[in-house]
Amino acid sequence: MSRTTSPVVKGERGGLWTAIAPRLRGLVFSPVTFALAAGLALAVVILLATGANPLTAIGALFVGAFGEDGISDTISQAIPIVGLAIALAIPLRAGLVNLGGEGQLVLGAMAAVVTGLYSPFPGFVTLVLALVAGMVAGGLYACIAALGEIKFGVPLLVTSLLLSYPAMSFASYLVRHPLREEGSALPQTQRVPAEAHLASFDIGPAHISVGAVLVLVVIVLFTVSDARTPGGYEVRMTGLGPRFAAYAGVNRNRLTLRLLFISGSLAGMVGAILMLGFPYRFIDGALITPAYVWTGLMAALLAAAAPVGTAIAAAFFAALSVGGFGMERATEVPRELSAVLQAVIIVFLAARTGMFRRKRQRDTANGDED
Amino acid sequence: MPIDTELFFSALRALTPILFAALGGALCERAGVFNISLEGTLLIGCFTAVAGSWFTGSPWLGVLFAMVAGILFSLILAVGTVTLKGNSIVLCVAMNLLALGLTTYLLRTVFGAQGSFTDPNLQGLSRIDIPLVADIPLVGPVVSGHSPLVYLSWVAVVVLAVMLRRHVWGLRLRGVGETPDAAESLGVSVSRYRYAAIMTSGALCGLGGAQLALGNVTLFAENMTAGRGWIAVVAVMLGAAAPVGVFLAGGLFGVAEALGYRLQGLGMPQQAADAAPYLVTLVALFLAARRVRRQAQAATTSTADGGSDPTPEAAAPVGPQRE
Repeated sequence: MSRTTSPVVKGERGGLWTAIAPRLRGLVFSPVTFALAAGLALAVVILLATGANPLTAIGALFVGAFGEDGISDTISQAIPIVGLAIALAIPLRAGLVNLGGEGQLVLGAMAAVVTGLYSPFPGFVTLVLALVAGMVAGGLYACIAALGEIKFGVPLLVTSLLLSYPAMSFASYLVRHPLREEGSALPQTQRVPAEAHLASFDIGPAHISVGAVLVLVVIVLFTVSDARTPGGYEVRMTGLGPRFAAYAGVNRNRLTLRLLFISGSLAGMVGAILMLGFPYRFIDGALITPAYVWTGLMAALLAAAAPVGTAIAAAFFAALSVGGFGMERATEVPRELSAVLQAVIIVFLAARTGMFRRKRQRDTANGDED
Repeated sequence: MPIDTELFFSALRALTPILFAALGGALCERAGVFNISLEGTLLIGCFTAVAGSWFTGSPWLGVLFAMVAGILFSLILAVGTVTLKGNSIVLCVAMNLLALGLTTYLLRTVFGAQGSFTDPNLQGLSRIDIPLVADIPLVGPVVSGHSPLVYLSWVAVVVLAVMLRRHVWGLRLRGVGETPDAAESLGVSVSRYRYAAIMTSGALCGLGGAQLALGNVTLFAENMTAGRGWIAVVAVMLGAAAPVGVFLAGGLFGVAEALGYRLQGLGMPQQAADAAPYLVTLVALFLAARRVRRQAQAATTSTADGGSDPTPEAAAPVGPQRE
C-alpha cells in the first residue's frame, strides 16, 4: 500500500524531476560510473603518453563499434560475450566464481561439431541435437569442479580454471589428429553440413544470427527466474550471506552443483552457437584467441552479476573490443588498449566498491541510520 | 637403467618460476591476504625482465626491473584490499586480465612485435657450474648448471621458512594473518605487515617472471605464463602456505612438465604433454583434500567417542582460511 502511494505522493509534490533525481544521483555517484570515468581518464593518459590523439582514437573507436561497417561485427561479438557473461554471472549471483568458462566453451563447441558431422538425422534435428550436446558437455565438465568443492572442499575458483587447460589440450588434439579435415594443412574440422547451420537475418545494416535470439531467450529466463522464482531467491540470498541462507534451509551443495551445471551448459551452448554459425567448423585456437570468456567475466563483475546489467555491460565490452579494431585501423593505436581498458575499469570498480563499504561502516559506527 | 638426470634438471628449472610465485602467495596467505594475482604479476615480471635486458644490455638489470615492476603492480592489490577493503577475488581477477592486456599492448608499442619478441642480441641469464658439486655422480648433473635465480629460489625457501618460524617479523606476520584484531590490540600494524607481504610477493613474482623469460627461455611471448601463477596458487594450498611445503608441491608440477616433454619425445601427442602438468596438479589437489577431510572426520569421530576436541588445523578445509 505504501509502495503504491509513494510515487504518487512524490509526483504530486515535485513532479517528474523529484521522482527521477534520486535515481539519477545514484547513477552519477555509483561505483560503476566512477570506474568507467577512471578507465576513460586512464585511456586518455595512455594515448597521450604514446603520442596518439585521444579524440581521434576514441572517435575512431566509436565509429568502429557502431558505424555502418561495425555494427554487424559488434553484434557478432556480443553473442558469445553476452552469452558467456550470463553463464558466469549465474553462479556469481550465489558468490561462486567459475573461472573455467574456456574449457566449457571449447568442449561444448567440440561436442556440437562432432554431433553436427556424424548425426544421422535430418538437418533441423541435428541442429537441435548439436546445441543440446554442447550444453551437456559444458555442463558436465563444470560439474567436476563443483563436485571438487562439495566433496573435497577444494576451491571452485582454482579447479574450474585448471580444468580449462586439459580441455583445451584435448580439443586441440582432436582437431589436429582424428578430426582434422582431410587434405587440409590447417588444424580445423570439416564444415558442419549446411542443413544444420544456424540461420541468420538482416535488420537494417545489421546482420544477425539466430544465436542472438537464443542468447536473448537466456537473458529473459535468467532475469525472470532471478527475480520471480524461489530458486532465484535462494541464489541471491546465498550470495548475500551464505551462513544465513544455510540456516534458512538452502542446501548449498545442491545449489552449487546445479548452478555450475547451468553455467557450464550456457558456456557450452555458446560454443555450439559459434560452431553452427560462420565459419561452421572447429578451428584450433579460434575460440580462445578473442578472450570471449574473460571479457564476459569482466562484464559480469562490472554488473555485480545482475541479469540485465550483465547483458548491457557485456554488450558494452563487445563494442569496446570491436571498436578497438576500428581504432587500430584509423590511428595505429594497438587494439589491445580495449582489453587494458576493460581490466582497469574492473580494478577501479573493485577498489571503489570497497571504499563505499568502509564509509558506510564508519557512518553506522557513528550511530547514523543508513 | 641409469637414472635420468636430465629429467630432474628440467624439473628443477621448470619449478623455479612457480616456486617464486608460490612463496609470494604463501607470505600473503600467512598475512591474511588471499592473493590470486600471481599469474598477472608473473607475466608483468616476464615482460619487464625482457624489456629491461633489451634496453640496458644487462640481464641483471632486467631482473631488477622485473622486481620493481612486480612490486608496483602488486601495490594495486595492496591499496585495493588493505586500504580500500575491496573484494580481493574481483581485484585479483582484474589484475590478471590487466597484466595480459597491458603486456600485449606494450609488446606492440615498445617492441613493435605481435605474438612474441626475441632477438639474437637479447641477453639471457647465464648458467653456473658449481665447483666440486658438478663432479658428484647423479647429484652433480641435476644440481649444477642452473641460472643463479634457481639457486636464489632455494635460498628463499630456507630464509622464509626460518623467518616465519624464528623471527619476530615472521611471527608478527602470522599473527596479523591468524588474529588481526589481537595483533592490532598489541600494537602491531596489520596494514603495514599486509602491505609488506603483498609487495614482497610482487618482488618474488618479478624474480619468477625473470627466470621464466630470461632463464628458461630468452624471449617474451603473449600469455607465456600459461597458468603457472594458478599452479602456484594451488602449490600454496597443497603446501599449507609453508615455504618447504610449497617447494615440494611446486616440484610436482616441475616433474610433470619435464616428464610431459620426455613422453612427447617418445611419440605422445604434444597436447598430452601440455595437459599433463595441470592434470597432475588437479589430482594432487583432490588427493590432498581427501587426506585433510579424512583427518577431520577422524577428529570428529574421536570427539564423538568422548575424546578431545578436534584441533582447528585438522578440521580446516584446504584453501584460504576465511570466517
